[in-house]
Amino acid sequence: MELILIFISAAIVNNFVLAYFLGICPFIGVSNKLSSAFPMGLATTFVMVLTAIVTWLIYHLILVPYHVEYLQYVSFILVVASLVQFVEMFIKKVSQPLYRALGIFLPLITTNCAILGLALFMVLKDYTFVQGIFYGVGAGAGFTLAISLMAGIREELELANVPRAFQGAPITLIVAGLIALAFMGFAGMISV
Amino acid sequence: MKKQVSLATEYTKGLWDQNPVFKQVLGMCPALAVTVSAMNGIAMALATTFVLTFSSLIISLIRKLIPTQVRIASYIVIIATFVTIVDLVMRAQFPELSKALGPYIPLIVVNCLILGRQEAFSSKNTPVRAVLDALGMGTGFMVALASLGGIREILGSRTLLGVQVLPDAFDPWLVMILPAGAFLTLGLMMGGLNQMVLRKKTREERELAARHLQKPKMSLEHGQEA
Repeated sequence: MELILIFISAAIVNNFVLAYFLGICPFIGVSNKLSSAFPMGLATTFVMVLTAIVTWLIYHLILVPYHVEYLQYVSFILVVASLVQFVEMFIKKVSQPLYRALGIFLPLITTNCAILGLALFMVLKDYTFVQGIFYGVGAGAGFTLAISLMAGIREELELANVPRAFQGAPITLIVAGLIALAFMGFAGMISV
Repeated sequence: MKKQVSLATEYTKGLWDQNPVFKQVLGMCPALAVTVSAMNGIAMALATTFVLTFSSLIISLIRKLIPTQVRIASYIVIIATFVTIVDLVMRAQFPELSKALGPYIPLIVVNCLILGRQEAFSSKNTPVRAVLDALGMGTGFMVALASLGGIREILGSRTLLGVQVLPDAFDPWLVMILPAGAFLTLGLMMGGLNQMVLRKKTREERELAARHLQKPKMSLEHGQEA
């Protein structure tokens, strides 16, 4: 039950994009079309879960026992960067169609703050290994949900008559604000 | 072409022409997340500027030593080192500020603004230029964060830098200090700034067209400027 709460909390109530402002760059950059936004969300989710697993192991098995917690930023970011590289190579080897679908997004994920944010929040909240995995899945699902919603709206927005000054980033931000307002309805539903 | 740009321009271009937040839409996560108050925005921008300046300096000093294949990884390690320094110093010296900014200080590591400047500028330019560029970008970032934070703080909690500026009769707009307010305020600010630029551009174009009609000879010069 607690695990499900962690999942829902990370995915909806404390959505990474709309409540914590993590992963805004891809959220604005890759949300033009649903056909690219959804795979981007999936790729991010995949990396998030792996990151949750690996950074938990590194933090609790290496950094804490040797009292070098201050190295967490350097080691986490290296983990994320190498993990992304590894995932890219792995997918390329195993499944060409999947690589064609996700490949171009993978390098972008390294500088996605949601990934590093996930690792840092996991340490802050002191999650156990299993909780961490659920947190990673939830955060990824939340990211996928937010970016897909955004892409769906932006596809419709193409047809709308937006003032010239507001085209591009400004209108996207305003739409994001409205989605965030809608998501505020979930606030206080669960507190984990 | 880069060589012809004067040193002063390397600094000033970050303030407006290439303002990281308003023009390049970089570094959005901290810009939106911490700007509940002007003070938070300024502190965040100072921390970012520190990291940006020193990593630009180091990277531009060793730019010829870094192999191209591993450059991104090297940049990230250098940036992460300075972020760790900032984080530890802030925790020791300004515990309250550090608590308010929370995990967004370590997240400077993945601020696309910093990595972007290293990739686009420091790795190709001399240390002096790289530092000036970094300071300019940092100042531009601070202008954006302070104004965004200021607006949200005034409307959301009636204060500016902790001093009350609006009367008690004014109902604070709670939405401004919530996440939704950050998106809406920044979106409106960017739109407003674009509108100003557009208006200026059309006015200049009109003046230019008028001058063309008077003196056909001038047209070549102006064409080059534009």
